[in-house]
Amino acid sequence: MTVLDARGVTMRFGGLTAVKGVDLSVAEGEIVGLIGPNGAGKTTFFNCLTGLYTPTAGEVRYRGSRLPARPHEVTRAGVARTFQNIRLFPNMTVLENVLVGRHVRMREGLFSAIGRSPRYRRAEREAREAARELLDFAGIGGQASSLARNLSYGDQRRLEIARAMASGPGLLLLDEPTAGMNARETRQARDLVLAIRGRGVAVVVIEHDMRFIFGVCDRVAVLTQGEKLVEGAPAEVRADERVIAAYLGTPAGDGPGGAARGEGD
Amino acid sequence: MSGAGARRAIVPAPAAGRGTVARALVTAGAAVSAGSTFLPWTWTASFPGDLTVAGYPGGNQVITLVVALVMLAYCGAAYGLPGLRALAPRGATPALRALALALAVSTGYVLAAIAITLGGLVNWVPGSWVAAVAVLLTLLAALALPDDRRDAPPPAPGPRWRETLVVFAVLLGGLVLADYGLATEHTEQFIGYVLALGFAVRGLGVSGLPAVISALIARNRVATSVAALCAGLAFAVIQTSGAYTSLAANVLIFGAVALGLNIVVGLSGLLDLGYVAFLGVGAYAGALVSGSTFSRFTGTPLPFWAAVLIGIAVAVLAGVVIGAPTLRVRGDYLAIVTLGFGEIFRIVVNNLDGVSGPQLTNGPNGIPNIPDLVIFGYDFGEEHTVLGVTFGRFTNYYLLLVLVIAVMVFVFARVGDSRIGRAWVAIREDEVAAQAMGVNTFRLKLLAFALGAAMAGLAGTVQAHVTTTVTPDQYQFLSTAPPNSAFLLAAVVLGGMGTITGPLLGGALLFVIPEKLEFFEDKQLLLFGLTLILMMRLRPEGIVPNRRRQLEFHEEEIAGREGRAVAGVGA
Repeated sequence: MTVLDARGVTMRFGGLTAVKGVDLSVAEGEIVGLIGPNGAGKTTFFNCLTGLYTPTAGEVRYRGSRLPARPHEVTRAGVARTFQNIRLFPNMTVLENVLVGRHVRMREGLFSAIGRSPRYRRAEREAREAARELLDFAGIGGQASSLARNLSYGDQRRLEIARAMASGPGLLLLDEPTAGMNARETRQARDLVLAIRGRGVAVVVIEHDMRFIFGVCDRVAVLTQGEKLVEGAPAEVRADERVIAAYLGTPAGDGPGGAARGEGD
Repeated sequence: MSGAGARRAIVPAPAAGRGTVARALVTAGAAVSAGSTFLPWTWTASFPGDLTVAGYPGGNQVITLVVALVMLAYCGAAYGLPGLRALAPRGATPALRALALALAVSTGYVLAAIAITLGGLVNWVPGSWVAAVAVLLTLLAALALPDDRRDAPPPAPGPRWRETLVVFAVLLGGLVLADYGLATEHTEQFIGYVLALGFAVRGLGVSGLPAVISALIARNRVATSVAALCAGLAFAVIQTSGAYTSLAANVLIFGAVALGLNIVVGLSGLLDLGYVAFLGVGAYAGALVSGSTFSRFTGTPLPFWAAVLIGIAVAVLAGVVIGAPTLRVRGDYLAIVTLGFGEIFRIVVNNLDGVSGPQLTNGPNGIPNIPDLVIFGYDFGEEHTVLGVTFGRFTNYYLLLVLVIAVMVFVFARVGDSRIGRAWVAIREDEVAAQAMGVNTFRLKLLAFALGAAMAGLAGTVQAHVTTTVTPDQYQFLSTAPPNSAFLLAAVVLGGMGTITGPLLGGALLFVIPEKLEFFEDKQLLLFGLTLILMMRLRPEGIVPNRRRQLEFHEEEIAGREGRAVAGVGA
């Protein structure tokens, strides 16, 4: 069954078309990579999926029904995301960050917070247990009570993933989850993404680290200048001349072609 | 512990045995200072507070005596006396220096005031000279003390009954201090009190005692709440003068509104510059149904609970009506729009006088003659004697307001630590991320606005009865007297955003200090601005810092301290 089905998504900012008629579908339990040079419109496409932008044209369906327009409704429907430039709640504790992620799966309002009925207490306890479990899952369980701002860079990325997972998504959108990480952290991030899939959550990941993308994705789509260039299995995409050209320019140009092939490997 | 003694003393002295000599001198100096308060400090009773009596301390001498006694306790801590060591977990020397400064400044101020107001040093009597020399000696000796700063491990929790006792003692001590400050009879006494208190609090701060106490309070939440409530109620018993209970009742109204504003500003991070309008809405609602002969709705007054519900409901309605359009803008724009709405409220009320608009509020004349509250047959306007204690009019209202604030604190604490409170803080931290995490930011911001307005409305309905008159001019953005929007915001920021005690304390300070320093009159706003600048420079997290905020502003120092503690454990 398809989890995500985006058709003809177009986003125009005045005269600039950042995303032009992009189709993307994600099946249950699939990990899809989204790559492309800087400025290709990958993050804009994510913003269109999650309601931060309203697409100028096109349709996004999640599990068969149209995704609502506003970000918090999208999260409630089951699509969660992380940000390219980490956006945690820096002055809240690690545990509180994840609890905010649970917000959408809890119903307790103002009056039950004041009244603190047994039901409220149970919901709060369960939320805390779930949050701690997710922190352990992400490998930062030992830091539950430190402030998010004091975490190391890699741990902040993991916390962002744990927070997004707390909303109980069926589809997780990761925007450059390994940016700024060293080789070991990247390997751990890879394991984390695979473990997320193991929990039955489909993943779409934007990334520039090709080793990561080709190692973890079932399918890769390439975006250039707002349009989808190629989509297919990692091996096909890696071999595609157009992709190499899009990243490094055509061999006829003055780009250093030799170095290009080196990075592709 | 190793590097402790190595640091330099501020005043150089012969190295050998320096510590012993300085410590003995400080102790002796503090003891003599304490003793000097039993002598007269001047010959004429025309200096305010009558410092001519021998045999017991009077007026400002009490302040000197108390500071000197606290210093003696810290000297005991410096000597390592078993029971007193706990007073200075992080070293007695910094505390002794600050306390010596407190002693010297507050005593020196009085002695200088004697010489200046009475015309010359000739008005000093032997007692004044003893005091002057003693405090100066204490200060110099304290500066010569070797530094004994150390990193203290957090003390292990003691038995529950002892911790409860300590919590009660701390809060009742705070009550006595607050009561003394409020009841100071003349400006000299108040200034001496503020000087002593300011430096002494700083001294206790560097001794590491507050950290221990706040940990204690965090461990004993219920005991703290009960003790605070008891202290609040006990104030009504120990303070019987009408003037000061009136001041106290007004402080509580101001504090209650500041607490409400703290939900909007401190938790949700929405800068609201027109907040006093909600207090006005509550006050007008309360006044209109109070049965005042000048109200549009004369006749039998509504019972208090109904008036309160109406006040809250109308304020919430106003909050939603103002919030729904304005909360779509952020940051500075929100501040400007709320500022505008705050003024709109005042102007509308001014115009609902039957000439410019429908007759509802009597325009600029306001609604006078608001009768006193009667709850369950208890007339708040009359004196009641219960168990030999007389409760005057303002004491009655004071007690009611203590209960109102207790309810607000309860609501604030519970909502702040819930799904709703977390969502508010998340919005303050990063609105886009909060949205992406499924927080309906608009609805929650509106909820914060509504709850804040409800609290102000509740305070307003009581305020209408306390002041007996409501006029539009009481609810401005800025005026020389609180409550107004600017002072409310300042109370929250000065006290500490996002905390419970912060706005209450900030509100009390902002209300009492201008009231006490009458001679500032028209320079009040200048003083106010200066205080704000100094606070932002020296302590941006507020008097009572939220742990989060403290980390935000002093991350390096705290990290350094924690690093030293870790190194100390390792060594």
